[in-house]
Amino acid sequence: MKRALDTLLLMLAGLAIWQVMHLAAPFALTSPAGTAARTWQMLASTTFWPHAAETAKAFGWALLLAVVGGLALGFSLGLNRTSAEVAEPILVSVYSLPKVTLYPLILLVFGLGVPAKIAFGTLHGIIPIAIFAMNAVRNVAGVHFKTARVMRLSRRQTLLTIVIPGALPEIVSGLRIGFSLTLLGVLIGEMFASQRGLGYLIMNAIGLHDVPTIMATILLLAIVAVSASALLLWLDRRLHHRVA
Amino acid sequence: MTRVGLIRLLVVGGFIVALELLCRTGAISPRVLLAPSDMAVRLIKLLASGKATADIVETLGNVAISLVLSVTGGFVIGALIHAVPRLRAAIDPFLASYYALPFFAFYPLFIVLFGLGRGAIVAIGFLFGVVAMIIATLNGFDRIPRVLLRTAAVHHMSPAATALLIKLPSAVPYLFTGIKLAIAYCFIGVIAAEFIMASSGLGYAISYAFNNFDNGTMYALMLFVIVLVTIVNALFYSYERRLLRRWGR
Amino acid sequence: MSTAARAIDGAARDTTGSDLHAEMRAVTRVYPGGIHALAATDLRLRRGEFYSVIGPSGCGKSTLLDVLAGLSAPTSGEILFEGRPLDGRVPEGVGVVFQEDASFAWLNVADNIVFGLRRDGVDASEIARRLDDALRLMGLVDFAKAYPAQLSGGMRQRVCIARTLVMQPRMILLDEPFGALDAQTRLIMGDELLKVWRATGATVLLITHALDEAAMLSDRIGLMSARPGRIIEELATGWPRERDSRIAADPAFGAITARLWSVLREESLKTMRQGKPS
Repeated sequence: MKRALDTLLLMLAGLAIWQVMHLAAPFALTSPAGTAARTWQMLASTTFWPHAAETAKAFGWALLLAVVGGLALGFSLGLNRTSAEVAEPILVSVYSLPKVTLYPLILLVFGLGVPAKIAFGTLHGIIPIAIFAMNAVRNVAGVHFKTARVMRLSRRQTLLTIVIPGALPEIVSGLRIGFSLTLLGVLIGEMFASQRGLGYLIMNAIGLHDVPTIMATILLLAIVAVSASALLLWLDRRLHHRVA
Repeated sequence: MTRVGLIRLLVVGGFIVALELLCRTGAISPRVLLAPSDMAVRLIKLLASGKATADIVETLGNVAISLVLSVTGGFVIGALIHAVPRLRAAIDPFLASYYALPFFAFYPLFIVLFGLGRGAIVAIGFLFGVVAMIIATLNGFDRIPRVLLRTAAVHHMSPAATALLIKLPSAVPYLFTGIKLAIAYCFIGVIAAEFIMASSGLGYAISYAFNNFDNGTMYALMLFVIVLVTIVNALFYSYERRLLRRWGR
Repeated sequence: MSTAARAIDGAARDTTGSDLHAEMRAVTRVYPGGIHALAATDLRLRRGEFYSVIGPSGCGKSTLLDVLAGLSAPTSGEILFEGRPLDGRVPEGVGVVFQEDASFAWLNVADNIVFGLRRDGVDASEIARRLDDALRLMGLVDFAKAYPAQLSGGMRQRVCIARTLVMQPRMILLDEPFGALDAQTRLIMGDELLKVWRATGATVLLITHALDEAAMLSDRIGLMSARPGRIIEELATGWPRERDSRIAADPAFGAITARLWSVLREESLKTMRQGKPS
């Protein structure tokens, strides 16, 4: 209970700081009230929802590909000790590359439009999911594998009953990060490779210097992103609690 | 070189060779991707001509400034948050969700605040990197073995002495993780910002080349960024490994 | 039973001197959430003696040490060290060795050992002299420049003991210092501890759960009950000051160990029925 109160206090403090910053630079930042009003307006308008749907669709596909691809990659690399050792620095290096540098390549391959957006999103999300999945599998204690051999489990049974449940908490951590980054990737893709979607709305509003719209869109994205993240975080904690 | 290192070299080398073959045989069109050897040649020529030097220096400067700010700012903020457990508990969920936000959309805001130019870009780089450092600092301070804090009490150490002589060295491995992430994120933030809406710097140069169908320059610059980031990471990684091996982590 | 009687009567052969070094009077410790770690506990430590506290797991042995050292405050009762009550801090002249490895991974062995001395501004020649003595006493001379990560668990504990030693404490508290080591290393370390004790003349309080350790090392042994813990019985061994682990060959050793176990077995069974402390 105290925690919830503290969080509320923190949010109020945040709102207060926001308001002060608005008063200091009224043309750069809309007030909390103004942002809320514009958000309401946008949600009620007919032009907003097609954009939101567009982003959601692209995001859905990108997330699916990132999760499936990331898990497949992570698992296959993680089950073999040598491949995991070889792959880790490579994956980590690719993770720290500014993927923006690869965007022209993606655009040249996919052209402008939805496939490119999905590709951006997938590219951002697949690596961290793979890294976390790989480490999760590696960390399934050797003694568990030995136990599986003593019980004469098949490879498939070992995977399903020992590896996956044991690796699940780490995998969920990876999914949490992959979720956020995939969304980010899709938005960046929309910001300069599309005429539709929330990323495009932001870019457009930047061009028109329509600050209320910029802030309203960010607010909506923030609410979605933070809620999803909070949900996954809760799941993450529950799982780690059970295992640890 | 270890066996694993050798395999790694072969994997990466094999990948590059495969790309080279696919490009040379025309399986991948030169309008899409240049052969790696081609990219390398163009990069050397570009660097020699000095045309890219100004952009490179600018971007490196932006990254360096935002990195220093992220690391020091992130450490101080993290240490302060850790010292106030109630604040820490309240702010934790927000820190966990931070990277889900498209906060680079605040870029226009920064332009108004700092004017067109480096200020806004450094601000974005800072925003990208600082939270990674804060989270790593919190993590590091969390994992200080309690027995070391009790040892400090036995030696009658003040809170400041404890923080400096015991907490800080003990947290160093986690701080290094934070610095590594901050390096990556500052690069990403700066170059992404330059790419999307700046008028100078490496990110801008790549975007400009792309918009003008100048694949040669574009890929040369992309190769440069990839090589640069890889080298910086590798240097830092090896320094960290030597230090941590001595400390036994 | 005559050997047991002789052991318990060993108080008559007490050679450690009779002034009181530290005292706990009716000390209780209740943790937030209502966990009674210590019931009204009394303890009297004589100057220069080697006293072990032994009890079932979770009985509050570590809490007793924490409170005695000034690392945590009692809920009620008084603690006196050298006649003065504790003031919320670890008193000067008290050294503590913990069960977990407390060596600083970022300093080499020599820097670890002199850590406390440097902070107190002791002058350099004195530091060098004490470091030398400690390295020799703990058998670490060849490892002065090594880092803790390069040493075994037993050697790291020696570093921690050395670090405590150079501060020249008048009372040394050890909280299951050898718990993380294998049984044979533990016996060797016990002998090292006796060497240190004789060389420094300090009062030593050792917390342990190992019967043989308590029986062979101590002048007196305090037995703790199951939680909430308090000292329910004290045994004197009557051992001579010049002793080591080979005292296990003395017939009295068997009687002492048997007596310890007959009391502790009861308390340990009680503890198991209590379930794991949360």
